[in-house]
Amino acid sequence: MVRIAAGQGFWGDWPEAPVRQVRGGPIDYLMMDYLAEVTMSIMQKQKSRDPRAGYARDFVPLMERILPDLVERGIKVTSNAGGVNPRGCAEAVLEAARRRGLQGRVKVGLVSGDDILGRLDELIGRGHPLNDMETGRPLSDIRDQVLSANAYLGMAPIVEALRGGADVVVTGRVTDTGLTLGPIFHEFGWSPEDWDKVAAGTVAGHIIECGAQASGGNLLRGWRAVKGMANPGFPIVEAAADGSFIVTKHPGTGGVVSVPSVTEQLVYEMGDPRSYITPDGIADFTTIRLRQAGRDRVRVSGIRGGPRTPLLKVSIAYFYGYKAVGTLVYAWPEAYDKARAADKVLRQRLADLGLGFEQILTEFVGVDATHGRLSGPPHPDIPEVQLRIGVRAREREPVERFTREIAPLVLTGPPSVTGFAGGRPAVEEVVAYWPALIDRREIEPGVRVEILEA
Amino acid sequence: MTRLQLRYLAHARSGDKGNTANVGLIALEPGYYPILVREVTRARVARHFKGMVSAVERFELPNLNALNFLLHDALDGGGTISLKTDAQGKVYSTALLRMEIPVPAALARRLRPARAR
Repeated sequence: MVRIAAGQGFWGDWPEAPVRQVRGGPIDYLMMDYLAEVTMSIMQKQKSRDPRAGYARDFVPLMERILPDLVERGIKVTSNAGGVNPRGCAEAVLEAARRRGLQGRVKVGLVSGDDILGRLDELIGRGHPLNDMETGRPLSDIRDQVLSANAYLGMAPIVEALRGGADVVVTGRVTDTGLTLGPIFHEFGWSPEDWDKVAAGTVAGHIIECGAQASGGNLLRGWRAVKGMANPGFPIVEAAADGSFIVTKHPGTGGVVSVPSVTEQLVYEMGDPRSYITPDGIADFTTIRLRQAGRDRVRVSGIRGGPRTPLLKVSIAYFYGYKAVGTLVYAWPEAYDKARAADKVLRQRLADLGLGFEQILTEFVGVDATHGRLSGPPHPDIPEVQLRIGVRAREREPVERFTREIAPLVLTGPPSVTGFAGGRPAVEEVVAYWPALIDRREIEPGVRVEILEA
Repeated sequence: MTRLQLRYLAHARSGDKGNTANVGLIALEPGYYPILVREVTRARVARHFKGMVSAVERFELPNLNALNFLLHDALDGGGTISLKTDAQGKVYSTALLRMEIPVPAALARRLRPARAR
């Protein structure tokens, strides 16, 4: 049996979680997923300002804090914290190990080769158009705006790093599920072409990749009954050699691991359930069997899968434009009518200024922001309504001007208005996501695994 | 037959993939799953979200007593482009639970008081 514990569900998740996973009970691997769709572009921007940056910086102080525990307990780490600079991240972890007096006792596996930013023109030139998977547009349409481009790698380089003796595996754009599949395949020595096993490990990875969202966090069913969320137990997979596994959490932690909690996570971000595609294979979610096997223990079995495709997904981020969102709060009586009147005034002013926006979106928080027209008309005596108005443009100037039009409404518009203490809204750069596909033979020969020692 | 909101028959979670939101709709009891399959049709969900999404796809997961819906063009551009509060479609889940479907009157009588509990 091999135990894989989720430590982070995204970059910015609960900082205490990985520490409690390591110290709260027995585990073999700590799996930490840091990369969402546009995270790579944020990291690329940081790297362009400072060549030593470009990875999840908080990973290093975290490692510094828990490395002695990891070494003492023989726990290994898999993480895509390396972002667009896995080498910088790996070296920083090694320095952290030395600061903790762990020279000669920590090996870091460094996985690189996912970054294809420098190869885009060559790839386009050789007939890989890298079309947007959603719109079908060729990448050449936005080539000048591209900020980062990374192929999603699977478990193979992680298995190789673990085989090489790595204690901490640091990668760039490896799939969330690959971080869990790697340890399982390494431990059991399974063939990477045993597609049912690949599918089982993929489902295990999918269940724990969002951290506590599988163990009581964001659980809709019976949410009032979920106790102890001040100290939520993050999920742990106990994988068995037959491909089945248990989802559980450490004793004494809050939250719940139940068939409903696991089911809600299984359907999260799901497409066609028969075909959950990763670089490692295809999992059929209609074959998953769940059974409550004890308190906070769910057994998962029966999973079938199919062969991997010849393509890898590529995550490209490109500069799109600018946006800003401003808010004001209108109080009873007639709060909604006042907010609507303010919106009308603001829109007229923006039109009179002749500002060119790609979009202006108004939401009334408390009335329609989450469910739109499905919420129906608000209560006539609604105590307050937040006017939330957002704009987006390709140029910075109109968005900048918009941010100066919110506060004036306080003295030049409808009454009973408050909630503007934050001052002018910030102008944000919009970095957009461009998913594409590429022949895996263009990528895999360039993937490198190095073992570095502290 | 009478009309009952889905919240009494199912729970749900939603997420995003680009400009598409997905809603996984899970029966609260295995016995409710056939009702969901029969009544929560692709066409009815498309009507429920009319003006909010461009197209709807439905997939069945009988093993989980769940249906998965893809709501296309639901996120006003999605990801970082969207200006919506719910740019990632996190609460489309409960928006679907607002939908009413026809169920036997006895079942509705049994389930509705759950509101008070």
